[in-house]
Amino acid sequence: MDAFYGYMLYGISLATMGGIYAVLTLGLNVQWGFTGLFNAGIAGFFGIGAYTTAILTTAPTHRHLGGYEMPYVVGFLAAMLLCGIIAYLVGKVCLRLRSDYLAIATIGIAEIFRLILKNETWATNGPRGVSEIPKPFEHWPEPWNQFAFLALVLVIVAIVYVLVEVARKSPWGRVMTAIRENEPSAKAAGKNVEVFRMEGFVIGCMIMALAGALMAHYLKFVDPNATDPLLATFLVWVMLIVGGSANNKGAILGAFLMWVVWSATEIVTSRLPDELAIRAAYIRIFLIGLMLQIFLQKFPQGILPEKRPTVPKSNRNSETV
Amino acid sequence: MAEFINFYFIPGLILGSIYALGAIGITMTFVILRFANFAHGESMTLGVYFAWTLVQLTGLHPLVVMPIAMVLTVLYALSIDRIFYKPLRNAPVVMLVVASFGLMLMTRSVVQFFWGVQLKSVLPGIQKPIMVLDYLRISPKHMMIIISALVLMFAVHYLLTYTKIGKAMRAMSDSPELARLTGIDTEKVVLATWVVGAALACAAGVFLAIDTHVETRMGFKLLLPMFAAAILGGVGRPYGALVGGLIIGLAEEISSYPFIGTEPLLNPGYKAGVAFAIMIGILIWRPSGLFKGKVF
Amino acid sequence: MSVIELQSVYGGYGDTEILHGVSLKVEPGEIVVVIGPNGAGKSTAMKSVFGLLHLTKGEVLLDGAPITNTPPEQVVRKGVCYVPQTENIFQSLTVEENLEMGAYVREDDFKPRLDEIYELFPPLAEKRKQSAGTLSGGQRQMVAMGKALMLEPKILLLDEPTAGLSPKFRGEIFSIVKTINGLGTPILMVEQNAKQALTIADQGYVLVDGQNKFAGSGRDLLEDPEVAEMFLGGGKAAGGENDG
Repeated sequence: MDAFYGYMLYGISLATMGGIYAVLTLGLNVQWGFTGLFNAGIAGFFGIGAYTTAILTTAPTHRHLGGYEMPYVVGFLAAMLLCGIIAYLVGKVCLRLRSDYLAIATIGIAEIFRLILKNETWATNGPRGVSEIPKPFEHWPEPWNQFAFLALVLVIVAIVYVLVEVARKSPWGRVMTAIRENEPSAKAAGKNVEVFRMEGFVIGCMIMALAGALMAHYLKFVDPNATDPLLATFLVWVMLIVGGSANNKGAILGAFLMWVVWSATEIVTSRLPDELAIRAAYIRIFLIGLMLQIFLQKFPQGILPEKRPTVPKSNRNSETV
Repeated sequence: MAEFINFYFIPGLILGSIYALGAIGITMTFVILRFANFAHGESMTLGVYFAWTLVQLTGLHPLVVMPIAMVLTVLYALSIDRIFYKPLRNAPVVMLVVASFGLMLMTRSVVQFFWGVQLKSVLPGIQKPIMVLDYLRISPKHMMIIISALVLMFAVHYLLTYTKIGKAMRAMSDSPELARLTGIDTEKVVLATWVVGAALACAAGVFLAIDTHVETRMGFKLLLPMFAAAILGGVGRPYGALVGGLIIGLAEEISSYPFIGTEPLLNPGYKAGVAFAIMIGILIWRPSGLFKGKVF
Repeated sequence: MSVIELQSVYGGYGDTEILHGVSLKVEPGEIVVVIGPNGAGKSTAMKSVFGLLHLTKGEVLLDGAPITNTPPEQVVRKGVCYVPQTENIFQSLTVEENLEMGAYVREDDFKPRLDEIYELFPPLAEKRKQSAGTLSGGQRQMVAMGKALMLEPKILLLDEPTAGLSPKFRGEIFSIVKTINGLGTPILMVEQNAKQALTIADQGYVLVDGQNKFAGSGRDLLEDPEVAEMFLGGGKAAGGENDG
């Protein structure tokens, strides 16, 4: 019975984290799948969301900025708003250039953010992070509090999914597809490409901030190196590519699937003797990376390919002639 | 003044040379292979660990084993290209960037797996600085780095200016399409780009290791400044990357000099942000960079 | 036997077909000019010779042998040289380096040829060590052509060589084209400046909407009232997709 209880709690935590990553992946899909933008600083926007809500909702303490003890909703909304503003500023500079530039700039943003977290210890408590973040339902008896939080996450996943699906099928979404497929003719048709891209970028970042906020409340703790930020960014990309880019269902599928794979491999390697167990983490990363390469080469559409009427694809080579 | 030169300017020059050498590979890959290679930093990391292993095995000075390490790093880069990048040659650019992102993590994991994450040293021992002109204090290892960097830069210059393949590389940097139309053997140039880029990356990494230490995150830490240097100099301009690297290295080190009063101008904790700030600045003011490279 | 022949070629980019059965021939020693309204497919037709787009039907023949859909790097090696409309020089390379790159495919000593090119284009000889990107529009065009001529090609393809040049330079370019042809190289040229181009053409083709409309000697086309209406007074023809 105890074992079953343990498995159930583990299952709930898997599903919860999977759900949080699903929100992240949906956000990335708006940027990549819809708009064709490469955001390599996911961890940064995620972190901004996490810290914003942490600072706003925690009790007063001398260790870091905060003490506002705001309700969760305020934390979430503030996280999204702040991220949106930062995304707007980053976008203003980089969106008119090629996707590589955006990738570099977003990695830069994530790094800067990490530096701020580490250096401005008066606000963030530096490397030690912000702890004792309130968690919805935490005063409920176990295991109901876990279930309730999971339900909250799943509801948010559902809401985000519905919103992005509606957006995808709307005229706005169709313009995005047109821009992604054949920018010159979209421009010729009078669409202000920059504005659309900005909208895609900002909305995507705001969704990521929401995921960050959820994570902060779930773990009740955030720090600058919560997960290796690079790894988190990488995992989300793998989730999207494997699941199916430009497909929202694929994004969710990829998130849960890869999270389960990632966690399952952790169980396997944790059974190894200590010496190997540490190093095993690197094998896991290597294998996930390999999986990504295989998908990029053989199944670039992912498990669930994008479903939409076939639009004549502009051949990459044709741009050069 | 002496303090400025010894503790800020010279370190800036060293760091700048390291950035410069790494950035050359990045800028050429950017334009000849058409993507931002996120895994370039890991060529540096791997190269350093090769060098470290060779030093352990032979007891020789790191600069002596460096050529061998460079060869090994080149082999790595060529294999990576063959297995992971070549199949994606005609895919949308972003796929290549994603692939390179994945390779960055894969390579780093391999390094971490085989060598572990503890800091290592490639040139143990403390060295007494040499006094020059009773004024400048330069440690022998800095001298070594500066001289070696100059030699490499000269070698690159020679390659690019006096050899057929070097000119073909510059031509392809200007316009890959025209290079193809002209009959230039583009695959050969691609290979040459990897060779030069990887060799320089290895060297840059070894210099950094000599100056500081060996650790698995070296490559990633250098990635942003190298990209910034390439963009600052003008994408596709190898000499631009050189100048860009030097500027950024100097800016980074000098930024913590107490120009006003006794406090550093910039909190040294934010040194790593200097490169980024410069990059954003150049992207806003003049995206084609100092030497008018490509803007995409 | 024609140097170059397009036999009823169909093709385009991706799923868009731009050429719907275009035919043309360049006989030895000729200057052949292709004109037509924007979007007619003139440049596309030229690019199909060079393997820059996929042809779904029809053949391209070089000296009678098919080279349909052969990739550009191989077409060059067969002696066909192409000067694109834009991005036709290596900007950061010097004039001389540009010409050297033009000779990339050659295994022999190209120095004599280099001297010949300098004779043909004296301004280039003066500025040989200068960075090609710093030259004027007309001089750049000379570099582009000189580069293509380094291989002593069987035929030279020119895509709108006078685009963006002032009237004075246009005349110079056309006279250079005549000189090159006079030295023995057949030329296939796409041009927007129809009238001037036709005056030096041995043969002309008018393309509209990806199809042959008129053909004839340069003089005949100049005197043809329908052609005159289309270009020399009538202005642009209707719509049309982007010219490739």
